[in-house]
Amino acid sequence: MASETPLCPECDGEVEIPADAMENELVSCAECGMELEIMNLDPLELELAPEVEEDWGE
Amino acid sequence: MIRAGIVGGSGYTGGELLRLLHFHPNVELTQITSREHAGRYAHTVHPNMRGVSRLKFIHPDALDACDLLFLALPHGTVARKIEDYARLAPKLVDLSADFRLDCAASYEKYYGEEHPAPRWLYRFVYGLPEVNRGSLTGANYISGVGCNATALNLALLPLVQAGLLERAACEIKVGSSEGGNKSNPGSHHPIRSGAVRSYKATGHRHMAEARLVLGEDFPLHFSVTAIELVRGIHLLAHCYLNEPKVERDIWRLYRGRYRDEPFVRLVSGRAGLHRLPEPRVVAGSNYCDIGFELDEDGTHLVVIAALDNLGKGAAGSAVQSMNLMLKLEETTGLEFPGIYP
Repeated sequence: MASETPLCPECDGEVEIPADAMENELVSCAECGMELEIMNLDPLELELAPEVEEDWGE
Repeated sequence: MIRAGIVGGSGYTGGELLRLLHFHPNVELTQITSREHAGRYAHTVHPNMRGVSRLKFIHPDALDACDLLFLALPHGTVARKIEDYARLAPKLVDLSADFRLDCAASYEKYYGEEHPAPRWLYRFVYGLPEVNRGSLTGANYISGVGCNATALNLALLPLVQAGLLERAACEIKVGSSEGGNKSNPGSHHPIRSGAVRSYKATGHRHMAEARLVLGEDFPLHFSVTAIELVRGIHLLAHCYLNEPKVERDIWRLYRGRYRDEPFVRLVSGRAGLHRLPEPRVVAGSNYCDIGFELDEDGTHLVVIAALDNLGKGAAGSAVQSMNLMLKLEETTGLEFPGIYP
């Protein structure tokens, strides 16, 4: 895995990746909360995970 | 240990100062004044302090000299006695609006009267650490901040400093404690409860502080509406940018400006119930939460800020500024994150 801290594709915040992470695993950005999918480990590629649309019942 | 006093300790801001200073490790609160309640325990007015503080209110005429005085009096009263307070303590933190502005003409324009002590205006440093940290460090005279102005200033400052803001129109929703602890017909429960009352759609005097911090170079409008809330301010600002941006640009901009600020948090989440700032989350704390959402065209940005009007909007900022004044760790006594839910 690349040693550089990966950045969130949504907010550019630094994303922590567990040492034992696997491809297609979901991780979260601590800053914007976006769920991210690990598309590739080497080189590391993160993409926004599909979201369930939320209308809060309103 | 700094020996401090609170002048005007029976109001809501005085009570908040009492709560914060009581637990401050470098401050010994030795006196608190109230004309109306002199001789009574402070907890008779601030019941959250029962069993915590044994301080009794004293009459203001009985004030002793001390190291530092917090002045939590109604606007217009401090300036008339500023020489007396300065004789009692070498360091003053004034939470009223009397010394927030840097020029007498501006004070007269927004507060409707001639400033009673204009030569003192220039001695005070405006107590917003995020803007004036250097000048506050070691200062002797610090002015507190206006709560609505603080929400505006912190929300818009990164856009202004980046030269991105073309104009902004803001709505600020506020709780009842902003009105102070003196009742009036508008604060009577049947009238105030459930209210959604726009009481200052234009011309709010906190505009003076916003212009002081943000400058005069762009059109700025804000209105204020009282809602069913005791503590808290919710600012929603429609900002029009002079060039299109993407959301990551906004994140970079705000993160760059506030990364090292201990009491400004960026809340623009994609997960959880509270995805944008909300006053209840910061109630009782010194935090100002700021979030944003960018419209598809990239130039219409909605910025939202939330803070506690008695915390970051008054007593919290005052204590944060005092820490700088005394060259203490800036966050001392203010680490409390608030309560939830």
